[in-house]
Amino acid sequence: MSDRAGIGETPLAVEHEERPELRHHFADVEQQRNAATLGMWWFLGTEIMFFGGMFCAYLVYRRWYFPEFAASSRSLDLIVGTLNTAVLICSSLTVAMSVRAAQLGKRKLQVQLLLATIFFGLVFLGVKAYEWDNKYKEHHIPTFSFNAQDLIKDNQKLFGLDKLQNDPAKLQEREAEIQRRSQIFFSLYFALTGMHAIHMVIGVGIFAVITWMAHKGRFTPEYHTPLEIAGLYWHFVDIVWIYLFPLLYLIDRRPGA
Amino acid sequence: MATAVVTTERKNYLNAEYGIRSWLLTTDHKRIALLYLLSITFFFFIGGFFALLIRLELLTPAGDLLTADTYNKAFTMHGQIMVFFFLIPSIPAVLGNFLIPMMIGAKDLAFPRINLLSWYIYIVAGILYLHCLVSGGVDTGWTFYTPYSSLFSNTHVVEAGLAIFIVGFSSILTGLNFVVTIHRMRAPGLTWSRLPLFVWSHYATSIIMLLGTPVIAITLVLVVLERTLNLGIFDASRGGDPVLFQHLFWFYSHPAVYIMILPSMAVMSEIIPCFSRKRVFGYTFVAMSSIAIAAIGFLVWAHHMFVAGISLYSALVFSFLSFLVAVPSAVKVFNWTATMYKGSVSFSTPMLYAMGFIGLFTIGGLTGLFLATLGVDVHLHDTYFVIAHFHYVMVGGAVMGYLGGMHFWWPKISGRMYPEGWGRLAALIVFIGFNLTFFPQFLVGYLGMPRRYWQYPPEYQVYNVLSTAGASILAVGYLLPMVYLLWSLRYGKPAPDNPWQATGLEWRTASPPPTFNFDETPEVTWEAYEYETMPLPDEVTLER
Ligand SMILES: [Cu+2]
Repeated sequence: MSDRAGIGETPLAVEHEERPELRHHFADVEQQRNAATLGMWWFLGTEIMFFGGMFCAYLVYRRWYFPEFAASSRSLDLIVGTLNTAVLICSSLTVAMSVRAAQLGKRKLQVQLLLATIFFGLVFLGVKAYEWDNKYKEHHIPTFSFNAQDLIKDNQKLFGLDKLQNDPAKLQEREAEIQRRSQIFFSLYFALTGMHAIHMVIGVGIFAVITWMAHKGRFTPEYHTPLEIAGLYWHFVDIVWIYLFPLLYLIDRRPGA
Repeated sequence: MATAVVTTERKNYLNAEYGIRSWLLTTDHKRIALLYLLSITFFFFIGGFFALLIRLELLTPAGDLLTADTYNKAFTMHGQIMVFFFLIPSIPAVLGNFLIPMMIGAKDLAFPRINLLSWYIYIVAGILYLHCLVSGGVDTGWTFYTPYSSLFSNTHVVEAGLAIFIVGFSSILTGLNFVVTIHRMRAPGLTWSRLPLFVWSHYATSIIMLLGTPVIAITLVLVVLERTLNLGIFDASRGGDPVLFQHLFWFYSHPAVYIMILPSMAVMSEIIPCFSRKRVFGYTFVAMSSIAIAAIGFLVWAHHMFVAGISLYSALVFSFLSFLVAVPSAVKVFNWTATMYKGSVSFSTPMLYAMGFIGLFTIGGLTGLFLATLGVDVHLHDTYFVIAHFHYVMVGGAVMGYLGGMHFWWPKISGRMYPEGWGRLAALIVFIGFNLTFFPQFLVGYLGMPRRYWQYPPEYQVYNVLSTAGASILAVGYLLPMVYLLWSLRYGKPAPDNPWQATGLEWRTASPPPTFNFDETPEVTWEAYEYETMPLPDEVTLER
């Protein structure tokens, strides 16, 4: 809640002429930069609420249907998921380094780092598509002939099915229940990772523009606000994944549990 | 002679540029406000048309004018259009957009291009909704309750849901622009404690827009995915929970009521001191009550779900919190009343709307407490009592504030005075028509008439006839300002810069203002509402 300090110290007309990036309705570059950054932080606040609705649903159902969630979570590919997490963390690193390169005025390095960011982003999306395709082949998408038989076979103890072996009626009932409830996990899995992927696609689009601007030499050590706030967005999308990964992949992987 | 007048006319935001391009590509917050004004007025009349169908159908006990299915669509689309395409953008996107930069001494909002983008998003959503409407409409009720909306309805739920999803982003971007503008663009010397209460109230509104709207956005996306891709999150047959939908829906839609009413309270806090010629009573309390409403307003949503099978203990907590949120609203009402007390009150048109607002909002708010009471709610839930309650808040509150504000700032917006006599007459007609429409609904609801039915037992007819009669009077009250405000654009007296001798910064620039609002950035050394130092306006002096 800072007040505008220092207005009137620089002759405004002079600054407006010298700084082509300064838009007419701002008093000085500092004010413009502060406004853009604050705007992005508030926007990220709305994004938290956007994902928050789904996280809320996740928490409720995970508490209600823990065995189904744990079993479904085990069917996700842990190694691929971990690698993808590493790829995304690398992309955040290159973003942070490109901001530093802009501060130091190294244009070529900046562009290279931004291209690396886009590359990592695309790798993440490609791997995600591969994982979804696997789910499709395993009949784990609620839309297409969903089938939880493999989950039931692999998690007898977790579901408590071993105790029902001599009661076929109850066993069948429980299996039907698992078939229904595990769809809730996968509904949330696709909604959450799908929304995250859409944000990644938008991020790659934004960074394509930013890379082009960097290539044209638009960013100087004094002015690189677009790069900074695009970076904020990228880090945010990255952090969402940092939460999604344990919530979806690591519910309960203890062997034999 | 005529040419001489034209050449000496001051440059302002209206005559700075001409042509359709200069409007559709403008980034001037004042012009964007007018674009919003035209669009929401259009949707107000479409929503009003559905209200007309509803009131005509309910004139007789039998379902004779519409089929049951058409009636379902009529009340659904009345609600959705009025809430999402009229009330939520109304005061913020028109008056807030126009006034906030001027009130804080800025040249524009922080992000002028995003401001224009938000209008285009609104238009895209509006066209999508109109397409949904003409291709058959939607019948889920404005609330989109699952599982009806996700599994059973055969109407255009996906299209309506997407339209409302999209229009939400226009509201998010408006809120974002306001928050950043209020933080970063204030003129030198304009500290937070010197801000007009209009700005404080819009600040609170914007926070709700920013933190609430994304939740309904994702909720509607999940309903759309449930219909299109067969996800099961709200599907009870797979273990999903339809009540979870209600939680997520009301998490936004209760605070949305404050998106509608807080801006109206913002208008009140400007009109009442001005026409009482007094500093607003308890400035800090009025400012902080806006923030309190925004904060507590997020914690009361389940009072819509007392009969939906939530646990008794959570119902108790939500009932208590709903009572609590009434306190800051009451603080405002008491402070406005205290502002008028021993003031030099004049009954100009904006003040008539303001006084109407205080009365009607008080009734609307207090009947809300009936509904927040657990036992009483079981009797009143889903009856016309609820309908009457929220129309007292949203129409008696929000729309009265909108009309009052439009009159108060019309001289600034258009540079013309509206005809005062007609203005007062219309305000009176609106007040009478409104009460005749909605007061009988309290009674008939208490007697047990449920909402959303297109036929009813004959003993309820007298209340419904009164209500329909009131609605036709109300319609006249809404059409009159349309006519004389348009008339005044051509024939109204040219407005002086400060016709009401009001204190805000927006009155210290020309009427209509120049494109960048002020010739020189003002420096503020005074507090808001220093009416003791202001001379009386001409009209007011004449009257007494
Ligand atoms: Cu509510």
